[in-house]
Amino acid sequence: MKCLTVGITIALSASMATWTKASDGIEAVLQNSFIANNQATMDRLERDAVQTACSAPRGTPLDNEMLAALREERLNAVVLPANGQYLGDWQRGAEVAGNGRGLQSSDDPTKPNGGNCYACHQLAPGEVAYGTLGPSLTGYGARGQSQAMLQYTWTKLWDTHAYNLCSHMPRFGAQGILTEQQLKDVMAYLLDPASPVNQAAE
Amino acid sequence: MKRHHLGFALFAAWLCSLPLAADDGVFDQYRDLMGDDNPAVFVIDEGEELWFAPQGPESATLEACDLGLGPGVTSGAYVRFPRYFADTDAVMDLESRLVHCMTTIQGRDRETVTAKPYSLRGDFGTEIEALVTWLAAESEGAAIAPEQTHAAERAMYALGEEIFFYRAGPHDFSCATCHEQSGMRIRLQALPDLTSHSGAAEAWGSWPAYRMSQGLVRTMGWRLRDCFRQQRWPELKMGSEASIALQTYMAVNAAGGMMTAPGLKR
Repeated sequence: MKCLTVGITIALSASMATWTKASDGIEAVLQNSFIANNQATMDRLERDAVQTACSAPRGTPLDNEMLAALREERLNAVVLPANGQYLGDWQRGAEVAGNGRGLQSSDDPTKPNGGNCYACHQLAPGEVAYGTLGPSLTGYGARGQSQAMLQYTWTKLWDTHAYNLCSHMPRFGAQGILTEQQLKDVMAYLLDPASPVNQAAE
Repeated sequence: MKRHHLGFALFAAWLCSLPLAADDGVFDQYRDLMGDDNPAVFVIDEGEELWFAPQGPESATLEACDLGLGPGVTSGAYVRFPRYFADTDAVMDLESRLVHCMTTIQGRDRETVTAKPYSLRGDFGTEIEALVTWLAAESEGAAIAPEQTHAAERAMYALGEEIFFYRAGPHDFSCATCHEQSGMRIRLQALPDLTSHSGAAEAWGSWPAYRMSQGLVRTMGWRLRDCFRQQRWPELKMGSEASIALQTYMAVNAAGGMMTAPGLKR
């Protein structure tokens, strides 16, 4: 604890004297401005190629060739289910969709992560506490269960950037947020005709 | 005052008894019911008392503290933050300026005064929270007008914008993930568009705020730290360059808006 507060003190004093060094690089600024807390470790501040490409402030000119190549690279890296089986249990999928915990410093790392789908998407019409950052997915199952549809939906959940580079959505498979089984359960929640997502509102 | 306390307690109990689906419409009604009453009034009083209380090895009050408008001038000081201070050669937010005054004027130990700037759930509030609440109230109704004259202040804005859009962590979240569009919400929580003047003014102008669900006044420093917790990033340090840069980005986008803090929030 003492080390921690001394660290804060040193960093605070340093940050006060070094404003002119902001141009030295945003990574250095962030390293001095944050401190590890439980599972939220400092390496999380390092960006991969997608994060770097998608951090451009509004109005920044984009290198479209680079972005297209990056999207292609993400598409090729998608891992489809090993046994070719895409659909799990929609009831377990409902739990994953409603659970907003996981990977925060305040979360218990021994518990399963949630997908937090409801934070951004409308799903079952009976759930009124849904966010609007993403499109409504109510009635998603009407799209059917063709092989193309299964693969498309899986890919979207695994790595959204494979189709829509710089989408706001997390990469639930590629980043290891959800397990393969959890992804299958969410697939069933979206596509199973018996799922509340695909029932008419009461 | 006693009657006020009871009234707030009853309202708080009523609010907590609402189902999760209590949306902003219901909360707006609640806010209207409260009128000008905000439990933060007690925290404002506490902050004022702390400003005039002799503390530290120097047994000094904070009356000699220069918040940018001259020693001891508190009225209208908050709306000019973050700003550059020649004596520290740094752009500072109010929280870090207060720490500076506590250490230089009162002779207090920096480690001690920064050890716990924000309350945990169930606490009764910290000294920093009380002082910030009173000082925000000392600017209530004033126009938000952060300084942008010094090169360091403009550099802070540019840095803040860069950090705002910086995507990182296992979920690839940046501030912009939730706060670059208008009219959106997470679950039922409305999200201000902090890249727009109106969204930034509404947000910057309403913090610090009394959080009914937590029974505490929260500062903007806390708000940012909790955003980063939800972004799955490490913990943002109070008074850090990133914190001050983001506050500068918000305050400058909010310039011209009205300071209505301390606000009242769900």
